[in-house]
Amino acid sequence: MSEARAAADPTADDLLARERRDAVRYLLLLLPALLVLLALFVYPLLGLVDRSVYRPRVGYTLDYYVQVWRVPVYLHVIWRTFRISALVTIICLALGYPLAYLLATLRPRVARLVMIVVVLPFFTSIIVRTYAWMVLLGMNGVVNQGLTWLGLVAAPVPLLYNQGGVLIGMSYVLLPYMILTVYSVMRGIDPGFVRAAHSLGASRWQAFRRVFLPLSLPGIAGGTLLVFILSLGFFITPALMGGPPDVMIAMLIEREVEFTLNWAFASALAVILLVLTLIGFAGYNRIVRLERIFEARA
Amino acid sequence: MAPAEGITGAEVRLHELTKTFGPVVAVEKVSVSIPSGSFFTLLGPSGSGKTTTLMMVAGFAYPTHGQVFVDGGAVTQLPPQKRDLGMVFQSYAVFPHLSVFDNVAFPLEIRKTARPDIRRRVGEALELVRLTGYERRLPRQLSGGEQQRVALARALVFRPRVLLMDEPLGALDKKLRTHMQLELKHIQRQLHVTVIYVTHDQEEALTMSDRVAVMRRGRIEQMGEPAELYEAPASRFVADFLGESNFIDGVVIGPRGPGRWLVRATGGLELQGVGAVSLATGQAVTAAIRPEKLVPRVDEAGGRDAGALNSCTGRVEEAIYVGDATRYRVGLGPDGGLTVKVPNRLGLARAREGDRLALVWSPEETRLFARDDS
Repeated sequence: MSEARAAADPTADDLLARERRDAVRYLLLLLPALLVLLALFVYPLLGLVDRSVYRPRVGYTLDYYVQVWRVPVYLHVIWRTFRISALVTIICLALGYPLAYLLATLRPRVARLVMIVVVLPFFTSIIVRTYAWMVLLGMNGVVNQGLTWLGLVAAPVPLLYNQGGVLIGMSYVLLPYMILTVYSVMRGIDPGFVRAAHSLGASRWQAFRRVFLPLSLPGIAGGTLLVFILSLGFFITPALMGGPPDVMIAMLIEREVEFTLNWAFASALAVILLVLTLIGFAGYNRIVRLERIFEARA
Repeated sequence: MAPAEGITGAEVRLHELTKTFGPVVAVEKVSVSIPSGSFFTLLGPSGSGKTTTLMMVAGFAYPTHGQVFVDGGAVTQLPPQKRDLGMVFQSYAVFPHLSVFDNVAFPLEIRKTARPDIRRRVGEALELVRLTGYERRLPRQLSGGEQQRVALARALVFRPRVLLMDEPLGALDKKLRTHMQLELKHIQRQLHVTVIYVTHDQEEALTMSDRVAVMRRGRIEQMGEPAELYEAPASRFVADFLGESNFIDGVVIGPRGPGRWLVRATGGLELQGVGAVSLATGQAVTAAIRPEKLVPRVDEAGGRDAGALNSCTGRVEEAIYVGDATRYRVGLGPDGGLTVKVPNRLGLARAREGDRLALVWSPEETRLFARDDS
């Protein structure tokens, strides 16, 4: 039997040779994209790093980084960026997880419809969507009109140009990322696990708490990290919907470039943002690998 | 696990269970009474309604019509978690994020069993399926057979009085499957639990069951003990699905004793058989004969009363050596051919292709079915 199988199958050497040939082919296919990335992304990025540690007539220095550390306002902005990102992440999770769960449990045809609704915003420019929110949330916006009309508030409440506005706008833009990430993990969960939990006596809530939720953890981890990382570098929405005290790091960088023309300092801030984001990505990557481990074997 | 003292499995009764999906009738009026502590198998090809029937017992599907009784009480409207039935799924469904111990402890934790009791009972359950020492492993570190055992221990640890199994051995290789069949049977006897087992594997059904119901197109085609089903199939479908049969079409010539009929095959061969249903002279019938019931006549004066036996002679078209036996395809001319299975015993010379082979077999082992019944 084993002899027959050996004769029918290619030898290990054959397989290795085939693998190597495939590897070369894939590399060739990747080459154009790789070149574009190197020329348009990696090279300028190195320039950015270089600029952040070089001062004309002085030479290489870490002065700009020291400045970020010394001047409290910069640390404040970084801290605020993290706090707003964390809040946005929590809001997205709170809204996105139930929606993803609904999507994963709906009948396929209905799920597809809801999915279209979830992805639809991606087809519109983020600026247009942000302006739409501004129309809704303004002092004379639809929301305030409605609240006043219902008698819930005596006078229009400021919903825009403060942190609340930033949170609403950012959460709205980033929610689909959360839903899609969580949903993709949930859809991979074999409904047989929940069924097995029921057969073992678990109520709906117990089956969710003890089986479905733990199995969806990779999705939660992935989704929160993704939203968090995207929040860190967010620019348009906080710039348009926030007030002066709601400056985030990306806006700070823009100011250094546009107004103070301190490109070296802007570069240092950009590098800091990049490093923080990379740390987040490293975490994200580990989580995604976790997901593969959790996958049930068929 | 200690055999529960004085506790036996529950009696399960299905009353006219029916399930329709739109215009499709998946299960139609299935009525069965399964005695306490017995091993009952629903056997059938895919789409025969066996799994749907099991799901209605488990509570994962609600019948369109009919009732499920466990020990006389109707459970038809109860959700699965309130039925207290153990279930083993084809996919095992061992929770991938929990260790073997936590998997088996799951139903006990749900039932708020005290911690020391949980530890003891999980230990007993793992011992029962011979997985002691595997407590801390994760499912992905287990083979398919081991995961299967975890699923079994988990389904038994809370001492359900009924165990439902949906093709639990389907994904295992043949050797392991045979081994697990016997082990399952032993465990079932030891615990006196009532088992309802679903499979499409007839060998599995015959090996393990006290009683088997053969399902076809949502209905029970025949129900009985394994030997009864195999030796006395009630229809051509059962004769074909359960084991293997040669079929010869013919017409009834006349009665030859109680329940016995003489049949002339289309090609002229005459044979006697037992009617699976009541027959009449002139009726079109199919005769079914198991390959191993056909015996090559080595010696003309074989010592048997040849007149009481059916006999025929054909040419060996094909001889296949299958280890424990040799399978012959014997051509009978206008009557087609017969598959014959002869054990490879000492002193039994094997016939070669082209040889003439005389065959005899008992009329008792020739089942006659009315031909339009299939």
